Amino acid sequence: MEREGEMGGSMDSVLRVEDVHKTYGDTHVLRGVSLRVDRGQTKVVIGPSGTGKSTLLRCINCLTTPDSGRVWLGDTEITAPRAEINAIRARIGFVFQSFNLFTHLTALGNVRIGPMRVLGLRKAEATRLAEEELRRVGLGDKASAYPAQLSGGQQQRVSIARALAMAPKLILFDEPTSALDPELIGEVLEVMVALAREGMTMLVVSHEMGFARSVADEILFMEHGVIVEQGAPQALFTSPSHPRTGEFLRKITELYGE
Amino acid sequence: MTVGLTFGLLAMGLLLGFPLAFAQVYGYRPLRWLSAMYEQTFRGIPALVLILIFHSGLARSFNILLPAFASALLALGLRSSAYQSQIFRGAIQSVGEGQMAAARSLGMSRFQAIRYIILPQAFRLSIPPWTNEFSSVLKDTSLASAIGVVELAEQGTLIMTTIQFELGARWILVIWLVVSLIYLVLTSVGNRGLGLLEKRVRIPGFEAREGTKP
Repeated sequence: MEREGEMGGSMDSVLRVEDVHKTYGDTHVLRGVSLRVDRGQTKVVIGPSGTGKSTLLRCINCLTTPDSGRVWLGDTEITAPRAEINAIRARIGFVFQSFNLFTHLTALGNVRIGPMRVLGLRKAEATRLAEEELRRVGLGDKASAYPAQLSGGQQQRVSIARALAMAPKLILFDEPTSALDPELIGEVLEVMVALAREGMTMLVVSHEMGFARSVADEILFMEHGVIVEQGAPQALFTSPSHPRTGEFLRKITELYGE
Repeated sequence: MTVGLTFGLLAMGLLLGFPLAFAQVYGYRPLRWLSAMYEQTFRGIPALVLILIFHSGLARSFNILLPAFASALLALGLRSSAYQSQIFRGAIQSVGEGQMAAARSLGMSRFQAIRYIILPQAFRLSIPPWTNEFSSVLKDTSLASAIGVVELAEQGTLIMTTIQFELGARWILVIWLVVSLIYLVLTSVGNRGLGLLEKRVRIPGFEAREGTKP
């Protein structure tokens, strides 16, 4: 299997992570993770809980700083000492497991505030953009609803719209459906599938194998802070080269179904 | 005088209390430590003692003679800012951490996140406990009479002395009942006003506060 990581690479790489390590106290959460996501690709990270999947996403979004290793967004090194973190974050969408919609703002307000306050769009422009993004996730009619008046699935779709409104180069999804009731998962996955097909670049931590199978260019299996195996979904499912991968895939297929 | 003093105190407390609260939650360590010290000090000393420190204390020891009104304003205002900082700190902390993370993930600076995301929510959460502070401050103004500020309670004392000679001592209770009634009217009018404010800025999802309304 091919391991990316060396400098260079094609012009199309949106995200490159090179040998990232992260320790919290005594726990070595990430032990040298390298990966690459090219423009328009969707990669899905799977693995047992506590293997550093969320930490990896947080390192990419500068919510935490890796101890060593480098992360690049396009040509910009995120891990550079003088990186403009706010500007970088503005170009990376982040979808949280717990949605984290701004509770004092309507759906429209949630989607509009980034373009307005960070990108400096005028209110009218930002509103138009926000309405468009809400329609894109199928919530054009919920613009004036507050988060508490929306179902979990709708909230998560608003949070995807909020990320989209920033016209990000890349969207990170941190277990976007884990906090949802089973009957609400479908509507969120539908939006994500549509995004992937439209060519959005996405790195998704999720155990939704149906989603992974239908749109992932590659599945990355992580355990104990390293990427154990990565490859196209079909290959990984039919002939995993690492016994742990097969074991884990069987387990989550049992749990989550197809 | 009582109303003026109350507003002055609340405004002072508000202006100092908010930054103090943010310093305690988001400040760097020395700042956090300093604001905690401040808050502990002014909450730990009785209001009357504070008033005396700022009035006769400063006057006798350092020859700084502040007008009685200014001493009372300073003493009670600093005290109120310490109490208010705790109200706001609680409100800020009950805004979930995810809100900050989400704001930062959009590329907002820490300041922007506080300004546009944390503050509007903390403000709403702090109204109910703040009505309490309003009532206490209003009533604490009566302590200013100890240094001769002619506010409501002192007025009562003055009227009492006159009336005692003209109408007899049995009117004293009436005077104090009238004074109490005025305090009561002031607090309920203020609380009603704050209740209206709370309703005006209410947002679905914050209904949990309903039960704590006065």
